[in-house]
Amino acid sequence: MSAAEQLKAAPRSLPDGQGAWAQTARTAAEARLTAMGLPGRRDEYWKYTNPTTLTDVEAPAAEAFKSDETPVFGDIDALRVVFKDGVFDAEASDELAGEGLEIARLADAATADIHWAKDLYGVLETNGQTPVDRPLAAANTAYATDGVLIHASAKVSKPVLIVYLHEAATSDAILHHVVKVEEGAELTLIENGPAAARFNNCLEVDVADTAAFHHVRAQGRDHDRRAATHIFARLGTESRFKSFTLTVNGVLTRNECIIELTGDDAAAHVAGAAVGDGDFHHDDTIFITHDAVNCESRQVFKNVLRNGATGVFQGKILVKAGAQKTDGYQISQALLLDGDSQFLAKPELEIYADDVACSHGSTSGAIDEDALFYLRSRGVPETEAQNLLVLAFLGEALEEIENEDLAAELLTRLEAWFSRRSS
Amino acid sequence: MLEIKNLHVQLEEEDKQILKGVDLTVGAGQVHAIMGPNGSGKSTLSYVLSGKDGYEVTDGTATLDDVDVLDMDPEERAAAGLFLAFQYPVEIPGVGNMTFLRTAVNSQRKARGQDEMSAGDFLKLVREKAKSLKIDADMLKRPVNVGFSGGEKKRNEILQMAMLEPKMCILDETDSGLDVDAMKLVAEGVNALRSEGRSFLVITHYQRLLDHIKPDVVHIMANGRIIKSGGPELALEVENNGYADLLAEVA
Repeated sequence: MSAAEQLKAAPRSLPDGQGAWAQTARTAAEARLTAMGLPGRRDEYWKYTNPTTLTDVEAPAAEAFKSDETPVFGDIDALRVVFKDGVFDAEASDELAGEGLEIARLADAATADIHWAKDLYGVLETNGQTPVDRPLAAANTAYATDGVLIHASAKVSKPVLIVYLHEAATSDAILHHVVKVEEGAELTLIENGPAAARFNNCLEVDVADTAAFHHVRAQGRDHDRRAATHIFARLGTESRFKSFTLTVNGVLTRNECIIELTGDDAAAHVAGAAVGDGDFHHDDTIFITHDAVNCESRQVFKNVLRNGATGVFQGKILVKAGAQKTDGYQISQALLLDGDSQFLAKPELEIYADDVACSHGSTSGAIDEDALFYLRSRGVPETEAQNLLVLAFLGEALEEIENEDLAAELLTRLEAWFSRRSS
Repeated sequence: MLEIKNLHVQLEEEDKQILKGVDLTVGAGQVHAIMGPNGSGKSTLSYVLSGKDGYEVTDGTATLDDVDVLDMDPEERAAAGLFLAFQYPVEIPGVGNMTFLRTAVNSQRKARGQDEMSAGDFLKLVREKAKSLKIDADMLKRPVNVGFSGGEKKRNEILQMAMLEPKMCILDETDSGLDVDAMKLVAEGVNALRSEGRSFLVITHYQRLLDHIKPDVVHIMANGRIIKSGGPELALEVENNGYADLLAEVA
């Protein structure tokens, strides 16, 4: 079935009862999607990742991962918003209110005639559709059933934590969040969980002048889950943006992050650590556009792959004419724990300014045998020594997390998961 | 303590015999030195004893307190009390020196059926040992050997030795790349560890290290064998006359 046929065969319907602003945004998104068609393997941007199971009419089944351990970030003091298989869980969620925060559900706000999110919903996504089509993001804007709209007008000390629970074996969730961080304001957003058997997530973030946005995400450990996630961010003058994603397990994950630095002296850091085994397929696709002077961007991505797992990195830095004094850095590295695993990297630089410093690097290799022997010669058992080296390898990505408590939480989890797997 | 009999070793990857029948017995509390020209098999002996990959033992035995070590994994040998101070200590980015030391100490205790050392006790001990080796807090915090000078790396080896309290210490050219002061410091660290129940095998090119770490026995190794053994005076003889006379004597 061609993509166009597939679209016709299984048209999702736009949600009912939408207010004017949402109706407009959704209709426009659906038109964009129809024009683009669904992604296929012939698309250059899907060369290394097969999107078929992301676009199939039915979501392939995925059993929820059962664990009796405390959920990740379970002990963090945060404002919790809980979705189960993509459906808002009011009972498990906190009251949607906080100091310096205006927060609402998309499902509620979309029925209103007007909402502040109108200036951003689908807008940053649309901007991010050039020069590369991202049909799954357009589909998200059109059909998202819910999400969280967060407006931060001050330095918000308590993070907002979106918890994605997964129970139903064939759940298919589409959520869309919008974040607006006002001038001088600061917000930390945490996401945790698999969300559904198949998850399409979109996060649009507008970081105003001198504002700061920190984002930390852990994608859940269900073995068969699939996810296509999108972050579209726009950064104002002297603003700060940091995003880190931990991916452990999942049969297919495509994380796209599209950032536009539009104000001078802004900084954007995107990092990820992915750990996979067997039929694990993980794809980080990053596009950072420098369109202002003296901005900094960093991409730090680390993959640990074993038993035939696949990692993909497509990272681009585009420096527009006039974006002088740009400082761009990009590193993608894979640790291949056996000969069956593979890492496919496509680093790209496209530079139209003449006074910039951009560097990129990509490596994939086996574990350092000398270091392994050194540790073992001191009495550290082989698996434990290997775990130490793997954690050390992931360290550079974890260091990108601004909040030390959150970084420590993820490191502790990784240690525990590794040592359990080894025992 | 350490007993090596007729040890034959070849490289796994190529058919090249490196050790051609090494016989060596180090008694408890003794310090033995091995000297010899480049390529005589000194470092290979230290690697084979500590369990590095890439070598194949084709004949002979090596026992530590009558237990065969050649069949053990490197970590088991360490827990049994064997320690190799590396000629080139390995840099491990991302692993803190403290974490490394604590993991090593507790792994060995666990392997011996002992309780893990508490964080407080460990910290106290490591500070005390580090101080005598002039290792500052910063060196303990940094990733293992990363950015360390040659002297710092060697001192870090001795610190590990002091923390792990092995029975049998093998020092592979610990003096290489050290200036006189650094060598003294390292030698003092080693001497502080000398005891009745602990033996040393010191591999070196130069006699000067043996001025600081006084050996009981000196062996000369050449072409994969120990060709002569004697007292400390043997090291002086080498220093003065080189290996040529000794090699001629054997031939």
